[in-house]
Amino acid sequence: MNATAPIQIETKKLNVRYSDNHILKNININIPSKKITAIIGPSGCGKTTLLKSFNRLLDLRENVRITGKILVDGIDILNPKLFVPDIRKKMGLLSQRPYPLPMSIYENVAYGLRIHNKYTKSNLDETVENNLKEAGIWREVKDRLHDPASELSVGQQQRLCVARAIAIQPEILLCDEPTSALDPIAAKQIEKLLMKLKKEYTVVLVTHTLRQAKRIADHVIFLYFGKVIEQGSAKEFFSNPKDPETQAYLKGDIS
Amino acid sequence: MNKRVTEEKIFKLLMILSIAIVLGSLMIIVGTIFMNGAFSVSIEMITQTSSGGYYLGRGGGILNAILGSLFLALPATGLAYIIGLGIALYLQRDFLHQKIASLIRFSLDILWGIPSIIYGVFCLMIMVALGIGASLLAGIVALTLLEIPIITRSIDESIKMVPKGLKEGSYSLGSTAFETATKVVRKQALPGIIAGVLLGLGRGIGDAASILFTAGFSDSVPSSLMDSTAALPTMIYHLYSSPIPAVREKAYAAAFILIVIVTIISILSRGLTRRYRKYVIK
Repeated sequence: MNATAPIQIETKKLNVRYSDNHILKNININIPSKKITAIIGPSGCGKTTLLKSFNRLLDLRENVRITGKILVDGIDILNPKLFVPDIRKKMGLLSQRPYPLPMSIYENVAYGLRIHNKYTKSNLDETVENNLKEAGIWREVKDRLHDPASELSVGQQQRLCVARAIAIQPEILLCDEPTSALDPIAAKQIEKLLMKLKKEYTVVLVTHTLRQAKRIADHVIFLYFGKVIEQGSAKEFFSNPKDPETQAYLKGDIS
Repeated sequence: MNKRVTEEKIFKLLMILSIAIVLGSLMIIVGTIFMNGAFSVSIEMITQTSSGGYYLGRGGGILNAILGSLFLALPATGLAYIIGLGIALYLQRDFLHQKIASLIRFSLDILWGIPSIIYGVFCLMIMVALGIGASLLAGIVALTLLEIPIITRSIDESIKMVPKGLKEGSYSLGSTAFETATKVVRKQALPGIIAGVLLGLGRGIGDAASILFTAGFSDSVPSSLMDSTAALPTMIYHLYSSPIPAVREKAYAAAFILIVIVTIISILSRGLTRRYRKYVIK
């Protein structure tokens, strides 16, 4: 991997178990800062679990056991003394299908600003506008900011979720197959958006489409049955895969 | 004929029959009350309180019962909503171990099934012990207890329907469990919450047994929480017990007024529900 890129997320001997299921086995990975890192692998291999371990969303499940370390900017976020919302605030989340908040378009973006007190009355409108612009949805919604977010198309909802995530100035964007529910055009918009956003944010992208990873990823982590088979720069990974299992996966022999 | 076709036809017939029974009895009830009561409703009846001779067929009205019912049921529903929303939010996985939660749900279901007269007697005993007699306050307490399980379980069920992804979205913005519950989950579940509150209010405003002992009866509008008060269900009970046919007719009129009030509340809440449903994420 690129030795010069600073590391934003690092896991050390990370193991995750749901009841008796050993989902993630001894994961040691590095995720470089301000790059797009794709986590790929067949469905059920633990991609989403790995992603959700980064912002402690696994806490919401019952009977989860996590061991090892997850270092974000050098701090172990599994430390029980940490205030979990502060950890999550650093990372925006895009889910498989977008879940805007049950409020107006405007309030969706303002919500995070309000709960974290990151606004003043005079600049709230402006901040909301800027974030909607940054997410490439401003032109479509500027005349109906106070309509329910539920009335937007799925693709627009996903971009609204980008806007609400970046509004609270995270450092990392966690994306869990963010284009899987979208039509090809909306999916393209999200991909372009991620390419633009990687200048400012570290993007971790879970995807099951190899082509997507090829198109936009700088760094790739290949998971198979809960184990990291191979990780490295996307160029290396796709042109010169070392592991036989990676080669088989890239050829489409395993899926 | 094909067995599956016959099966289908029999079931359709059974469904139509069930609907006919329900709609039919509704029409008969409303029809009877309307025919017997709607024409004896007068301005006098809804603007005057019942003077002493009212039950003997003389003048006066049932304003004391109409206001009494509202004074009893509205605060009771408000209290039950506040308590019920709190319990329902707390029952979610985010706060409580689900084994304990299911035990609480089970208890609430038992409370739901307890006849309202028991709530009445229970509150009466407490009031006697505290040295407070039949009063508006005691009636409100009894109705609140009666409504809590209904409202809590309805809210609880609608909160359970909130998609996991929505909660994750809220948490990933750095919300605490409290913020997620009160600002996101509550909004998503709002149509269901309104329906639950309405269910509670409907039960509260129409229940006679729980307020029979606790709220007592009075010919005047209560001026303090310690005054005893009439309510529409108890008014209907008293009027219909009369041997005088003209007075019994007024019981129908009172029942008609009660139905009109419940219908108005129902229409209002439907409007509210429609307004908030727009925001719900499907």
